[in-house]
Amino acid sequence: MGWEIVIGLEVHVQLSTKSKLFSGASTRFGAEPNTQACAIDLAMPGTLPVPNEEAFRYAVMFGLAMNAEIGRRSVFERKNYFYPDLPKGYQTTQLAEPIVGAGEVEIHLEDGSSKMVRLHHAHLEEDAGKSLHEAVFESGHGMSGIDLNRAGTPLIEIVSEPDMRSAAEAVAYLKKIHSIVTYLGISDGDMSQGSMRCDANVSVRLKGEEKLGTRTELKNINSFRFVERAIKVEAERQIDILEDGGSIVQETRLYDADKNETRSMRSKEVANDYRYFPCPDLLPVILSDDYVEKLRGELPELPDAKAARFQGDYKLSAYDADQLTQERAIADYFETVAKESGEPKLAANWITGELAALLNREELSIARSPVSAEQLAGLILRIKDNTISGKIAKQVFEAIAEGEGDADTVIEQRGLKQVSDTGAIEQLVDQVIAASAAQVENYRNADEAKRPKMMGYFVGQIMKASKGQANPQMINEILKEKLDALL
Amino acid sequence: MHQLTIAEVIRGLRDRQFSSVEITRHLLDRIQQLDGNYNSFITVTDQLAMAQAAAADARLAQGGAPALCGVPIAHKDIFCTSGVRTSCGSRMLDNFVPPYDATVVEKFNAASAVTLGKTNMDEFAMGSSNETSYYGPVKNPWNTDCVPGGSSGGSAAAVAALLVPGATATDTGGSIRQPAALTNTTGLKPTYGRVSRWGMIAFASSLDQAGPIARSAEDVAYLLTVMAGHDEKDSTSLNRPVQDYTLNLNDPIAGLRIGVPKEYFGEGLNADTAARIEDALKEFERLGAELVEVSLPHTELAVPAYYVIAPAEASANLSRFDGVRYGYRCEDPQDLRDLYMRSRGEGFGDEVQRRILVGTYALSAGYYDAYYNKAQQVRRLIKQDFVQAFEKVDVIMGPTSPSPAFALGAKKADPVAMYLEDIYTIATNLAGLPGMSLPCGLVNSMPVGLQIIGNYLDEARMLNVAHQFQQVTDWHRQHANLASAV
Repeated sequence: MGWEIVIGLEVHVQLSTKSKLFSGASTRFGAEPNTQACAIDLAMPGTLPVPNEEAFRYAVMFGLAMNAEIGRRSVFERKNYFYPDLPKGYQTTQLAEPIVGAGEVEIHLEDGSSKMVRLHHAHLEEDAGKSLHEAVFESGHGMSGIDLNRAGTPLIEIVSEPDMRSAAEAVAYLKKIHSIVTYLGISDGDMSQGSMRCDANVSVRLKGEEKLGTRTELKNINSFRFVERAIKVEAERQIDILEDGGSIVQETRLYDADKNETRSMRSKEVANDYRYFPCPDLLPVILSDDYVEKLRGELPELPDAKAARFQGDYKLSAYDADQLTQERAIADYFETVAKESGEPKLAANWITGELAALLNREELSIARSPVSAEQLAGLILRIKDNTISGKIAKQVFEAIAEGEGDADTVIEQRGLKQVSDTGAIEQLVDQVIAASAAQVENYRNADEAKRPKMMGYFVGQIMKASKGQANPQMINEILKEKLDALL
Repeated sequence: MHQLTIAEVIRGLRDRQFSSVEITRHLLDRIQQLDGNYNSFITVTDQLAMAQAAAADARLAQGGAPALCGVPIAHKDIFCTSGVRTSCGSRMLDNFVPPYDATVVEKFNAASAVTLGKTNMDEFAMGSSNETSYYGPVKNPWNTDCVPGGSSGGSAAAVAALLVPGATATDTGGSIRQPAALTNTTGLKPTYGRVSRWGMIAFASSLDQAGPIARSAEDVAYLLTVMAGHDEKDSTSLNRPVQDYTLNLNDPIAGLRIGVPKEYFGEGLNADTAARIEDALKEFERLGAELVEVSLPHTELAVPAYYVIAPAEASANLSRFDGVRYGYRCEDPQDLRDLYMRSRGEGFGDEVQRRILVGTYALSAGYYDAYYNKAQQVRRLIKQDFVQAFEKVDVIMGPTSPSPAFALGAKKADPVAMYLEDIYTIATNLAGLPGMSLPCGLVNSMPVGLQIIGNYLDEARMLNVAHQFQQVTDWHRQHANLASAV
């Protein structure tokens, strides 16, 4: 009897509106502390919130992309607690009547399978500021600083049902959310800057058991990799406890990436009574059918639809199509390469292969790729017209990445043009046959059926002699002709 | 000059009988000499006032100036004033100087009115006697042993003591009308949302509403015309056109249907006060109005519902006063918890702490439904009572307050007795309706206020009705026997 892991995720996504959820202050990341906090963000006496219409638009777009119900009436509530980075002493958020209701989304796993994950709801809320505990003041005194630049930045908190059964599924779900919000252009989705943050509710139960186990909440996991590791290590911890006859305490735990372990946060923070009540400074927001339908009509093509189209238009495999559509920028890159080169399959292979490896190695996003879509298309065109072989192409690709120019320039300057001259190739074939008496003898004595395989040796030698530049197809043809002539 | 109404000041300035600088100087001198008796001001803005008066005189000389140009007023110290300390009557904000003006203040500045200073008030507007102020109680100019009512007691007393012809005030459960009644002034709490709350320090956001206190309905109309209007900085402000409230004051009121709620004349109402109200109603009959008995059956639930909703909202509204960013901070905090507990424990007075505790309790898990939700249900029933009554009548009238001003200290130890001071005013806040109080007689030489409750956005009619009453009575022209200036 094995254990089953049950995971629900709460994902906070920072919306990329220009101004904050309830004030006109800028939301730009990275400014000097407290330079982007106005009187409202500082909760100065007498100030009042005014909702940002753009944030509602973004939240509704997200809901539509998740096939979710849209809250035609949504209500902001106050969530009360004291903390220095929470200037009003309450967070303005939604509870009973959120902007986005139940929905569902399909996730794609690495083994090619898919599964639906249900959305419980998503709500709009304001972010808090940041406490700076490092030496803020030269004088020391053990004082902390508060930076309220982030205070009031709009977030949507996306709450899933506990539908995921492995860390890999959780990551696939998170990637799907990332993909949707970036496709919609409602967030930059940058986890390293905190634009997307994830809390995971994790429990375990024996397979076949219907009742959910006691869960723990893992707070603020800030990368896809850490989500996977944190869930794994927490599930292992819970299984160990249960197998030793212990029980799980419902609590909030923090993932320590350095030690790869989770540890309990003070239980005091779990026992908060937030005393939610509707915010009397804000009226309920009522959305008309027209408004929602207009936004539905304006939604861009979303990842799943794009993947289906790629399979149809470009005859890609489901796997390739899925890989290429996770990020809108990659999908756009692919379409450019596919159209300019007329070779979608080659384009897909190059993007998921060489290009992905390059970007990964250099830790670059596609937007900063050293090889542009036009350059890659140019490279593929040269493969297609036999100017270079696939093998030489990899060399050309690296050269383009190094900034040596486009494919034609590199081929020209490095003299990598494929040899397709029959005479030259015949000469090479003759040389190799002459130098390989034993292999030729074996070839002649072999069964008809085994001979094609045996040609590999000769091809390799000829290719080597040509420094990789001989046209492989021509080698094959001429070689076969000459070997068969010896039979 | 200090006896002039705003309407008279406006005429005097335009007729060059006196300048804004002259009347401003006169009133500032009066405040300096006499306010020691009343404690109606927390801050007097001499220099600002004189500069504004000089600028107003220049604007008047150019012609085409707005009506209020050069007219001295005062602001309740709940309205943020850029560069001028705004304390809200609390030690918590004793050191707070806002970098922005409340919309109400901005509008008066734009109209070139002159700000004489900031008036005293119950701490965070929590009180009905002006005894909870960190700056000491305000004394009633009619009898300085008595309270002036609250929470806008400073504004009411300053107007009654002829220190200023009109002042801004706020009303969450009666804080404009009850002090107006107790000081023989005229005050109006507009429809919820008619006046912007931006820059007005919040007590209970769904109930708070700003309005004027002055010495006549006509003066109130002048002030309200400046204050009212939509403000995109306040999401709850009403986006409806504003009229000039002075235009309809002289309309005849014959045929007016006045609702008289039987619940406002029951147990708890002082018999002499009741007699003055009945006299006033007879006066209206003589003016051609018709009295119609109406019922507001949920009246007795207004005070309990209010004392759940208002403290609940206040408990959250006052959380921002945490000693972190501005305002009072305790000496040498040991840690975060100590900073919070001592800053708030030392910065807030007893009544404010009492209401924060009550509100926090009412919102707590397990009590929310029994208190907060129930109170919201009651609120809807109370509103429904009024909606039904206004199907039959144009205005509703009754007492503003159950009895005239009481002695300082008399109810300080009994919060419930104090809360019942607002028994006739609270329901209008819960319903969001406009209400006003105007002088209608004396009981043992102390003023009695008549309350007029209007339908939503019907302030013009209420002012018309009140003005017609003041054309045939002179209660509002009676002044306290004031200490005289040297």
